[in-house]
Amino acid sequence: MASYQSADVVRRSATTFTPPQVRHDQEVAKLIDVSKCIGCKACQSACLEWNNLQEEVGINTGSYQNPHDLTENSWTLMRFTEWDNPETQNLEWLIRKDGCMHCADPGCLKACPAPGAIVQYANGIVDFVSENCIGCGYCIKGCPFNVPRISKVDQKAYKCTLCSDRVAVGQAPACAKACPTQAISFGSKEAMLDLAGERIVDLKSRGFDKAGVYDPAGVGGTHVMYVLHHADKPEIYAGLPANPRISPMVELWKGATKYVGMGLIAAGVVGAFFHRVIAGANSVSAADEANAAALVDKTGGQA
Amino acid sequence: MTNSWTDIKNTDLVVIMGGNAAEAHPCGFKWVTEAKAHRGAKLVVVDPRFTRSASVADYYAPIRQGSDIAFLLGVIKYCIDKDKVQWEYTKNFTNAAYIVKEGYGYQDGLFTGYNEAIRDYNRDSWEYEIGADGFAVMDETLAHPRCVWNLLKQHVAIYTPEMVERICGTPKEKFLKVAEMIATTSARDKTMTSMYALGWTQHSKGSQNIRAMAMLQLILGNIGQRGGGMNALRGHSNIQGLTDIGLMSNLLPGYLTLATDKEATLDSYMSSRGFKPLRPGQTSYWQNYKKFFVSFQKSMYGAAAKVENDWAYDWLPKLDVPGYDVLRAFDMMFQGKMNGYFCQGFNPLMSFPRKNKIRAALGKLKFLVVMDPLQTETARFWQDHGEFNPAKPADVQTEVFELPSTCFAEDEGSLTNSSRWLQWHWAGAQAPGEARSDVWMMAQLHLRLRKMYAAEGGAFPDPILNLTWPYANPADPQPDELAKELNGRALVTLRDPADQTKVIQEAGKLLPGFAALRDDGTTSSGCWIYSGCFTEAGNAMARRDNTDPAETGAYPGWAFSWPANRRILYNRASADMAGKAWDPTRKLIEWNGTNWAGFDVPDIAPASKPGEVMPFIMNQEGVSRLWVRRGMKDGPFPVHYEPFESPITNPIAPKIRGNPAARVFANDMEVFGDSKEFPYAATTYRLTEHFHYWSKHVQVNAVLQPEFFVELSQELAKEKGIANGGWVRVDSKRGFVRAKAVVTKRIKPMMCDGKVVHIIGIPIHWGFMGATKKGFGANTLTPFVGDANIETPEFKAFLVDIRAENPPVS
Amino acid sequence: MLESLSRRAFVRGVGAGLAGTALGFGGSEQALAAEVRPFRLSRALQTRNTCPYCSVGCGVIMYARGDGSKNARRELIHIEGDPDHPTNRGTLCPKGAALLDFVKAPTRTKHPMYRAPGTNEFKQVSWDWALDRIARLMKDDRDKNFIAKNAEGVTVNRWISTGFLAASATTNETAFMTYKAVRSAGMVVFDNQARV
Repeated sequence: MASYQSADVVRRSATTFTPPQVRHDQEVAKLIDVSKCIGCKACQSACLEWNNLQEEVGINTGSYQNPHDLTENSWTLMRFTEWDNPETQNLEWLIRKDGCMHCADPGCLKACPAPGAIVQYANGIVDFVSENCIGCGYCIKGCPFNVPRISKVDQKAYKCTLCSDRVAVGQAPACAKACPTQAISFGSKEAMLDLAGERIVDLKSRGFDKAGVYDPAGVGGTHVMYVLHHADKPEIYAGLPANPRISPMVELWKGATKYVGMGLIAAGVVGAFFHRVIAGANSVSAADEANAAALVDKTGGQA
Repeated sequence: MTNSWTDIKNTDLVVIMGGNAAEAHPCGFKWVTEAKAHRGAKLVVVDPRFTRSASVADYYAPIRQGSDIAFLLGVIKYCIDKDKVQWEYTKNFTNAAYIVKEGYGYQDGLFTGYNEAIRDYNRDSWEYEIGADGFAVMDETLAHPRCVWNLLKQHVAIYTPEMVERICGTPKEKFLKVAEMIATTSARDKTMTSMYALGWTQHSKGSQNIRAMAMLQLILGNIGQRGGGMNALRGHSNIQGLTDIGLMSNLLPGYLTLATDKEATLDSYMSSRGFKPLRPGQTSYWQNYKKFFVSFQKSMYGAAAKVENDWAYDWLPKLDVPGYDVLRAFDMMFQGKMNGYFCQGFNPLMSFPRKNKIRAALGKLKFLVVMDPLQTETARFWQDHGEFNPAKPADVQTEVFELPSTCFAEDEGSLTNSSRWLQWHWAGAQAPGEARSDVWMMAQLHLRLRKMYAAEGGAFPDPILNLTWPYANPADPQPDELAKELNGRALVTLRDPADQTKVIQEAGKLLPGFAALRDDGTTSSGCWIYSGCFTEAGNAMARRDNTDPAETGAYPGWAFSWPANRRILYNRASADMAGKAWDPTRKLIEWNGTNWAGFDVPDIAPASKPGEVMPFIMNQEGVSRLWVRRGMKDGPFPVHYEPFESPITNPIAPKIRGNPAARVFANDMEVFGDSKEFPYAATTYRLTEHFHYWSKHVQVNAVLQPEFFVELSQELAKEKGIANGGWVRVDSKRGFVRAKAVVTKRIKPMMCDGKVVHIIGIPIHWGFMGATKKGFGANTLTPFVGDANIETPEFKAFLVDIRAENPPVS
Repeated sequence: MLESLSRRAFVRGVGAGLAGTALGFGGSEQALAAEVRPFRLSRALQTRNTCPYCSVGCGVIMYARGDGSKNARRELIHIEGDPDHPTNRGTLCPKGAALLDFVKAPTRTKHPMYRAPGTNEFKQVSWDWALDRIARLMKDDRDKNFIAKNAEGVTVNRWISTGFLAASATTNETAFMTYKAVRSAGMVVFDNQARV
């Protein structure tokens, strides 16, 4: 049984005290080198197999992208973009493996109102603990990368675990192991940054002057990073955000309420957060937004 | 592959043309990314589509499908004109200096000896001038007007950059850029690897596509080198092995050939297989042909093959036609001339061209036996699946057997990969239900036939009754027993002919390799090139030592690489005339004053002095062939021929349709379309998410690529009112398909011979069985004609029409 | 509506309860340990094999439940790249990575099936029946159509009315067994998948 003991946990959702963080594990990272990716989807295949996920057979909608979006069963997805480079006039087929970025400062965890449903380990992995998940979907709102998805079956949130089960026993995540061209590498965050540096030198030698690493500071850096040939334009890679940040709303409410008497607001506030479960929606509705905004105002005032 | 997957890391330039390695062979393609990352190698992709290989290329150039020869001969011309030739290699290791006999000629797309009535050549004029001494005549100064080099210069003169653009649609500056990159590898210390697959073979001139690149690689000096070579990326996991063991109409194992009707006796058979050297002192290894042949017959018939019956020569069938290949077989079937057919792990209803003909042909059989781990379409050709497979079961009188076979996970044995590595694997699961191995099924069928012939007699029972059957349990031969048969044994105690006191091998023991084979019936070997795979030292195919001395990529202790555990073919050519490596940093073998030695098993007798014995020991000349004598049916040099269905007339030979030497059956000629009725140039291909018609049975792969689609340019979509993701109907002269449309920037219209050519891309993977959405097979559309030399169907270039249509009613 | 309300009430209650305990009001702090999914290959039986798809010949490791004891049927639970293999070094493509689903495909053949002329169904038959019937069909056709000599009287010993398409992913040993059985019968309509 692989488990992370309390000493391995750095952060825990909806928990007011600081975890002991006795152990200082090595921070791990996955480096996705978009310039080496051939879009073969071995990562998707390996992810489905390792995690025993049963995805539906969909349809073709005019793209190689299948499924069409991340789902509760597809925790990673190749996103394909045909981009005409205005400088060279050449077509570039940009293929980006999408999935959880395992942020150092995870918006999902901050937004999550269910104690212990989202945890961050000392190695950097942000994991969803479905036993504790209440299916409110607020992790989706908190995520600057729009990654978590709610299952239609059990109404719980799912996303990439960075194969926490494999990493716990010294194995690389399934996608990283499978990747035929080493477009995905796995190791310590430090080693991955070194590797990114080497790759950037190679890319610059091939004329990609703006090659760089994507490790956005707005979320404290990530434990899934990209090497991009056009690092000055991350948004051309199927909308990779240039400056991802946790929604100020989430920051506010988590920051403000962390040490106050949650009991005062628990029933009403948490109820409001859980509105979407009641409505049965799988994403945050406009009404949720309004409720949340109202909440921010209210709690902000109380602090 | 002349080289191996792992050797690709040693290259300076990768040219992917006629293939799409990133999609079809992702784990092999990794060695391209290694070469790029660690050697600074460049990747060039030339393809009608901007593929996933192109997405990581340093340079991409578009080309119209079916015009590769014009492109490649254009590059050869460029290299000659710019003096980018590896001269020491070309002069000494190719037949550039050989003089062609008088009477040979080429004009307007045809060589001397063509007979239009039979679509074939009399190839007598395609030979060297032979001197009084019996050897081929050479002019080492390359001055003689009929020396191969001058004939080549003349032959490629027409393929100027302008002509390449006109035929191929490749913009001149893009062609020149590719030519320039390729030409850099003529340097002694630079190599280029050619990675190709069905993109070159599936044309009516497929073999010549490959020859054209092989010729280019030879004048650049890139064959026999680390990081060089002609690397055929084979399709299935053991199609290399199946071909090596000769499971083809005209082959015996180890690339020996079946006799023809003209060879009534063993003597007449051997008279055309003597392979006398064409130059003094050359090896001409095929001189050992009879040793391999007799040893094969001994493995088949044991003591019953003896000198008195010419080693059971008459027990082998003889051929009255060049071969009963699959196209001929299905044409015979279509005409009602066949009664029974076996499909072992093979799904011809989806795999062969002109699906409607294939279905009709199967319906004329008395019996069809399908052995397969999956429920194939072929086994259900008689079922009605609507438009996907229209059939009336009541009208189909074929008896059909579907026999469940094990898959890889449940059986043991060896597969030969593209690197020519024979790799042993072990069973890890029990077969589902009553599934049994193919070995068991074949043994059971043979034993039943044998029993019936023994009891009832019948037509010529001798070869059936005398087939060797040396298995501990006759009903269930085991993989190791069969592997040992392939390797071969000493049938008597073998002694060194030079020293009778020295025993080479005791009677009954396994042979160390093919060098021990004899033509006097004292040795057996099922497949001479595999000899050495299972010796008294053990099963070499099961070796798992992955150390790699000096990191050459050879991995000599991993599995067994035929022949003789050699990792790079023609490796003597990795060194110059003095025996020194062309590139000291990429040494393979070198002459140490007395012997050849290094990181690979030399493919030349180890004591052969450099400068005397030339590297291409399988050729009678000892050198490689830029001009191939009578070795190819359609010409000693490649010529640009259009596909049988082409959007343009052949600019260099306007009167010729297709390859003039390709065989076409009359009923297929009738259903070739023309560009008026079918204006668009179509091509078929594979996607990385699927493997042929197997992975559609796999849930995960069905998720990754769920539904049949075709690809077209934004320009054509606009012209035809086709929406991305909408439905289209595609018609050829032979049938139609309905599919989703993927409208993409990755396909662009081309300008060929003054005409806009639109390309339609059609992936192949869907059918009416499995986990994906049901789909039409791309083979509904494709033409039933094969390559002139080996009958590979022309799946890569044909004509269609396309139109938008409403979604099908479900 | 009623259902919605009841769900609302239920969830709200749970939410309040959680807030009251785990958020620090319960007095005793609950353990922070997070159980991750157990590593599922720890004691699985490993077998080396080769991917059956393309000609790269990637090494795979097959993981099976069952330790070989008599009453535990060996069942594959996972397949992954073999890191010791020189070519693939543990990696696999999207097909190789999903090999388990190929082995376990619901459309695997499991029993010999027979379809009689003119009928619209496959019927399950025994191996013995199927093999006897096929061998009889073969012999009858061979005896009737075998060509011992051609028109010129040359011994040719060929059988062209029945043909054989050999596999492309079977082993070399299967190939040789097939070769022996097919050629000894004089078959020349014999081919493989080299071209497609």
